[in-house]
Amino acid sequence: MGDLPELARAILAGATDAESVEVCVGRAVETTVRVHGGVVVESLTTAESHGVGVRVVVGGREGVAHAGSFDADVVDGLVAEARDNAVFAEPDERVGIAAPDGVAVVPVDRSDDSVAATSIDDKIALARDLEAAALAADPRVRGVRTAIYGDTRSETAIVNTLGIAASTTATVASLSTSVLVDDIDGGTRTGGAVDAARGPAGLDVAKVADLAVGRGLQLLGAGPPATGRPLVVLEPRFAATVLSIIAGMLSGERVVKGRTPFADRVGEEVAAGLLTMFDDPTDADSLTAAATDGEGLACRPVPLITDGILRGFLHDSRSGRGLGVASTGSALRSVRGGPTPGHRSLHVAPRSGDLDAFVGDIDDGLLVASLQGLHSGVNAVSGDLSVGVEGVMIRNGELAEPIREGTLAGAIPRMVHDIVSVGADLERQPGGAIVPSLVIDGLTLGGGG
Amino acid sequence: MIDRDLINRTLGAALRTGGEFAEVFVEDKRSSSAVLDDGRVEELTSGRNRGAGIRVVVGDTTGFAHTADLSAAGLAGAAEAAAAAARGGGGGVREVSVDRVDGSRPMPVRIPPEDVAKATKVDLLTMADAAARGEGSAISQVTARYGDSRRRILVANSDGLLAEDDQVRTMFSVSCVATGDTGLQTGRESTGRTIGFELFDEADVEDMARRAAGRALTKLGARPAPSGAMPVVVGPGGGGVLFHEACGHGLEADLVAKSASVFAGRVGEQVATALVTLIDDGTMAGEWGHFAIDDEGRPAGHNVLIRDGILTDYMWDHLRARKEGRRSSGNGRRQSYQHLPMVRMTNTFISNGSDDPADIVAGTERGVYVAQLGGGQVNTATGDFVFGMTEAYLIEHGEITEPIREGNLIGNGPDVLTRIDAVGNDFAMGSPGTCGKDGQGVPVGDGTPTLRVTSLTVGGTAA
Repeated sequence: MGDLPELARAILAGATDAESVEVCVGRAVETTVRVHGGVVVESLTTAESHGVGVRVVVGGREGVAHAGSFDADVVDGLVAEARDNAVFAEPDERVGIAAPDGVAVVPVDRSDDSVAATSIDDKIALARDLEAAALAADPRVRGVRTAIYGDTRSETAIVNTLGIAASTTATVASLSTSVLVDDIDGGTRTGGAVDAARGPAGLDVAKVADLAVGRGLQLLGAGPPATGRPLVVLEPRFAATVLSIIAGMLSGERVVKGRTPFADRVGEEVAAGLLTMFDDPTDADSLTAAATDGEGLACRPVPLITDGILRGFLHDSRSGRGLGVASTGSALRSVRGGPTPGHRSLHVAPRSGDLDAFVGDIDDGLLVASLQGLHSGVNAVSGDLSVGVEGVMIRNGELAEPIREGTLAGAIPRMVHDIVSVGADLERQPGGAIVPSLVIDGLTLGGGG
Repeated sequence: MIDRDLINRTLGAALRTGGEFAEVFVEDKRSSSAVLDDGRVEELTSGRNRGAGIRVVVGDTTGFAHTADLSAAGLAGAAEAAAAAARGGGGGVREVSVDRVDGSRPMPVRIPPEDVAKATKVDLLTMADAAARGEGSAISQVTARYGDSRRRILVANSDGLLAEDDQVRTMFSVSCVATGDTGLQTGRESTGRTIGFELFDEADVEDMARRAAGRALTKLGARPAPSGAMPVVVGPGGGGVLFHEACGHGLEADLVAKSASVFAGRVGEQVATALVTLIDDGTMAGEWGHFAIDDEGRPAGHNVLIRDGILTDYMWDHLRARKEGRRSSGNGRRQSYQHLPMVRMTNTFISNGSDDPADIVAGTERGVYVAQLGGGQVNTATGDFVFGMTEAYLIEHGEITEPIREGNLIGNGPDVLTRIDAVGNDFAMGSPGTCGKDGQGVPVGDGTPTLRVTSLTVGGTAA
């Protein structure tokens, strides 16, 4: 298999002088091991996948073509197909590929040789050990629904006719499990956990098993909550979920198109003063750190909210042009389509306290244990939030009864003002965020209890 | 797509080191899409994905490999990788010969989308944009999407099966943003069928655009949704998602086999009120979840899952069915050649009842009427599920009154099935959906008549 930048340049050679062309080429090698029933490998997948995406811009019109193959008969026609697609788009001065902006690339080494060097038997053993550890963790564990080891080695090259040439490599390995726990009434509760690292050596089998089982046991005896407005305590993984929704509303594309309640509010107080949030893909501690973005520009720290004040948005070159500002190096893309701006590695500045301290200080609260329905219950345009929730009620500083079949609802713009505590307990999330625990006021907990 | 000799050699290579079952799945999918946003046709995209997935089963172990290289060498490499993954220890050469079986029934497509000029597709977008904006100046943003795909598949396995299908799907959607004193609101309308460009003989994109705009405008005046448990009436076509989540996933045999379903071991039992008959039907011609053969080469089936409230059967794929010594129900599906098949729904629906929909509303003192549902999610092991309502109203004193803001509904599958106390006679299919399971998305359809659940928890902000 040839060198990716070379392949990308060969495809780019099909560009004519009258057009701007960008070529993104990617390759990924994946291994997935699913274990079930102790000694049985349920399935083992090992495969290499390829992708090529081409964008042609001519006269302010853009066309895209992509293919999941490096075969010559497929790749050869891509530039012509994208060019033909461009004919039917309407001209827009914002459209274009990225021009080099002089921002220096911060090298981020995201590759761990152990992904390739670890034998398949050792990878299978990790998944088996995880299942065994989960089963052994507590007599109330009735079974393990999934125990999965997965890893991916990916390489990407982006070149364009304005002189962009970027290439990245990355590895990621993960372990995840979902366990079934017998409830007091004969029913079943579930608990899940995931760990991710750059390579298998960084994974902690015992931690994943214990977390998953603990999360299941914590919900034993849970019933529907009574409707109310408790303080809502989010451990870092849920803080990451909620803040990621907010960061999604700060995408430059949404601003340009009037699809976010935060448009036109730069410089205003949009959140509690405790909140400082920024995107920083140059932080090598983040699992989604990256040297360059989806258009080949250097990734860089992007301030979003500082002490509650909205500082700016995440831009790729198109959304930047729309607002008359430069790209913030925040283009995300897959080879299947054009770039869109978004966050990669969300960070929150630590304040004080941690999860235990927050629980101890609250008279009437809810410690969240799971959130359901985020895809259907969050409207980033209107700002309405309504999700299913499981958790443990907090009464007078102590964890009290667990609840399930509850709903949490509120308005996102209001909710960011109502963040009453930001912890110092920063935790690196599998999805790339590095954030602490949060406490939020003003949300409605609904239930049939 | 590949010749029979190469199929036989590939299956032979897959079983060279032993194993009971080998399968080659070849896919060639072309897709095209066009997006109009912010008043402009922004982007046309063409895609091509082609490759083969090979699986080898040894005992309870499945080895899987896929390749984009359909040459003899590429397929041999993938076959060896899959065999190695399955760790067959038996050895010995096994000859495999496949024969064409039934199921090779190309779907009737009157107007192949690939024969339609791009300009014609683009015209649909601009028509929808103009129609939506014509609903009033409060419509501040419109996105219209057109998409089509043609997916040719070939499945061959060591049981001698060889089957092919040619699946053409066409879809269109419009999303609107309305801006008012109370902020921004959204409205959406979509259609998708397993047919060609003739979709637009029946689907009027301007009409769809006006309905999407109307939804967004209506919601500008929406009140906060109530919170807590109350009766919920779901309108025709809208309720499919409810059953898809409340029990559909729990009736998938792979989850049942792992005891990861609340419906495990309950065949023959009354699991729902006698008003409920739930069917999964991949044979419904033209529906979004329709196909001639599933992704394991089995003909699509019409499967009654719940009849008059009694659980009659689960849905099956090849592997789970083989273990039980029965036939697959034609529910083995996969997102692409890069994925392993598993048990998936197709078109899932509740058949008509006998109630007059107007009476169902009139008989509800206070509750919520859901005209359009969004997506949903379920934990099959507990049965707890949520789904979103994207157009909903209050019911007060037996009448539909004010619109309410978006939110999720939450319930427990087995509980909800026993709380369905009215099923209307106005069956309709709902919007096309993409069902996600273990990271794989497949097109699914659903439908219901108007129905009422006596108690569901509504996730609003109003106490």
